[in-house]
Amino acid sequence: MNDTVTLAHGAGGKQTSELISKVFKAHFANEYFTADDASVLPAPTGKIAMTTDGFIVSPAFFNGGNIGKLSICGTVNDLTCMGAKPLYLTCAFVIEEGFPMDQLEQIAAAMEKTAKEVGVRIVAGDTKVAGKGQVDGVFITTTGVGQILDGVETSGAFAAEGDDVLVTGDIGRHGATILLERNDFGIEADITSDCAPLWNSVHAVLSEVPDVHVIRDATRGGVGTVLYEIAAESDVSVTLEADQVPVDPAVQGVCGMLGLEPLYLACEGRLVMVVPHDKTEKVLEILHHSAYTEGAKVIGQITTEQKGRVIMKTSIGAKTLLPQPGNELLPRIC
Amino acid sequence: MGEKKSAVEILQTYDGPPVRIMEVCGTHTHEIFRQGIRSLLSDKITLISGPGCPVCVTPVSFIDEAVMLALEKGATICTFGDLVRVPGTKMSLALARGQGAKIQVVYSPMDAQVYAKEHPDEQVVFLSVGFETTTPSSVLSVQKAIEEGLDNYSLLTANKTMPGAYRAMADSTDLFLYPGHVHAIIGTSLLEDLAKEGVSGVLAGFTPKELVTALAVGVTKFAQGEAFFANCYPRVVRPEGAPAAVDLVNTYMEPCDSEWRGIGWIPASGMQLREAYSSFDARKKHQLPKIEGRVNPACRCGEVLQGKCKPSDCKVFGKGCTPEHPIGACMVSGEGACSAYYLYGGDNK
Repeated sequence: MNDTVTLAHGAGGKQTSELISKVFKAHFANEYFTADDASVLPAPTGKIAMTTDGFIVSPAFFNGGNIGKLSICGTVNDLTCMGAKPLYLTCAFVIEEGFPMDQLEQIAAAMEKTAKEVGVRIVAGDTKVAGKGQVDGVFITTTGVGQILDGVETSGAFAAEGDDVLVTGDIGRHGATILLERNDFGIEADITSDCAPLWNSVHAVLSEVPDVHVIRDATRGGVGTVLYEIAAESDVSVTLEADQVPVDPAVQGVCGMLGLEPLYLACEGRLVMVVPHDKTEKVLEILHHSAYTEGAKVIGQITTEQKGRVIMKTSIGAKTLLPQPGNELLPRIC
Repeated sequence: MGEKKSAVEILQTYDGPPVRIMEVCGTHTHEIFRQGIRSLLSDKITLISGPGCPVCVTPVSFIDEAVMLALEKGATICTFGDLVRVPGTKMSLALARGQGAKIQVVYSPMDAQVYAKEHPDEQVVFLSVGFETTTPSSVLSVQKAIEEGLDNYSLLTANKTMPGAYRAMADSTDLFLYPGHVHAIIGTSLLEDLAKEGVSGVLAGFTPKELVTALAVGVTKFAQGEAFFANCYPRVVRPEGAPAAVDLVNTYMEPCDSEWRGIGWIPASGMQLREAYSSFDARKKHQLPKIEGRVNPACRCGEVLQGKCKPSDCKVFGKGCTPEHPIGACMVSGEGACSAYYLYGGDNK
């Protein structure tokens, strides 16, 4: 097999099937992965959730993951936020001519590993090859279907006064990682992306506490943007304790140097959860014993003092507003 | 002995004569908003956001010069990102880019110098704005260009110095909150002199504690009636400053009169390259004509910068003028007073 992807690999002929069988089938094989025009699947009972997401992260390989892992985590976490057990995924690749085959292999391997971790099956795929310069490296789109757990109903509109606001770990590491990988700033720091699939942790929570009000993954725009969305959709305010927001000191340092607000840096393995106050302790206990959420923490409460806004209680006891989300901080983080 | 109060309590309960405090540094303005410090102040304390954001005080004519360099002289402009969206008389650099201008956003003048080295067939101009804190790195980029024998690199200077501005603004405030980093470079003797002339001020750092401490010291001393200077940022600012940086700048640059947006010309408040280095001065190298800029008449940035009105007093604030569609420079820059008011929801009090 050639050591780079060529236009012939996308032409639909022999080389295409060779690419599919050697790279994709080798990693994605399961009883539903299909060579037919569509995969045939058992229908789940109850409600399903469905979502799709495109991934164009640059660079495609970063500290803590690669675009393949990210493309599974992104869609798995979107389903997770609706309380849906991820069942089936499809993936569509657009690959630049000349892309190294061994890197494609690594991407597929990361997808396999991440999908297996949460028990989701990759059931169909598509491969297109674009001419040199027409795409940058590899772009992946994943689509996912999940089965919503019985008795679970989450929505950005369900936050109620008195609820606690949690994050499932320290924030902003994915955004900071990508920022440093691009090397535009000449800053070196030991930061690893938080990129992780969160279904298993959330499943553990929802099995015991089904009435979590809101679950959102804090991807583009970070935790700050998610909190503003919740404030608007639920017509409430969010009052944050600035001192309680967990930020890795290295991330804080990078933000300090570049004048960035960690609350607006992207995460790829962190959730914001809004939980009825009397359930908070239980939820935290479960999260603390689950993978990727050991650092979960209450960062604030749902209030009604300034509806639609996020209020910060600062370290000196003052209150101020978190600025509204602004322009995109950094393109191509996911 | 009276009971001891915390700095926050002093600010909350201050009941002395009314006091206007001008924060001179854009980073102070933003930190004060970000930490909610305004919400702690007694009604007798008013904070005014002064002229301490380099992008905000850069005159319209400077943008016009940069646009002319890019569009008519074909130069590649290297600039800090903030300047790209500042409106000029006819257009911003962002609009000029749409008409084919080559604009590179850089994070340091050294990046601009490296760009010039890597693109020997382009004439590269760095937009050199900033106060005493930023000017040394502009000068370093020229020094490097000389060492490497580059003949395609120059500065369009609008570098400013604070001393003249303090005197020009002294009537607009009772007390300055002096910018810590500027005086980390130039030292504090000037501030001692100003106190002798009757101009009071307190030098502050940037953490919430440093800011409330400096403000509390400021109002307490102000209430005592005597003009004063207090250094509340001694961990960084030494009386003698950083002589190496000052010497470096003075080797390559000399003071000149400088135009401040909204304030006008202040004598000896700018820095330009010395005659010996005029081949690195973009105005001379590219023979720019004298340009008179025109400000959008609806914009009150000039009055905001002098503390004569609050951003929210301006008719276009938050309506025609937002960070996404700025009319004035103070809304563009991350350090600008209008942007701070807008982001943190009005007076925050």
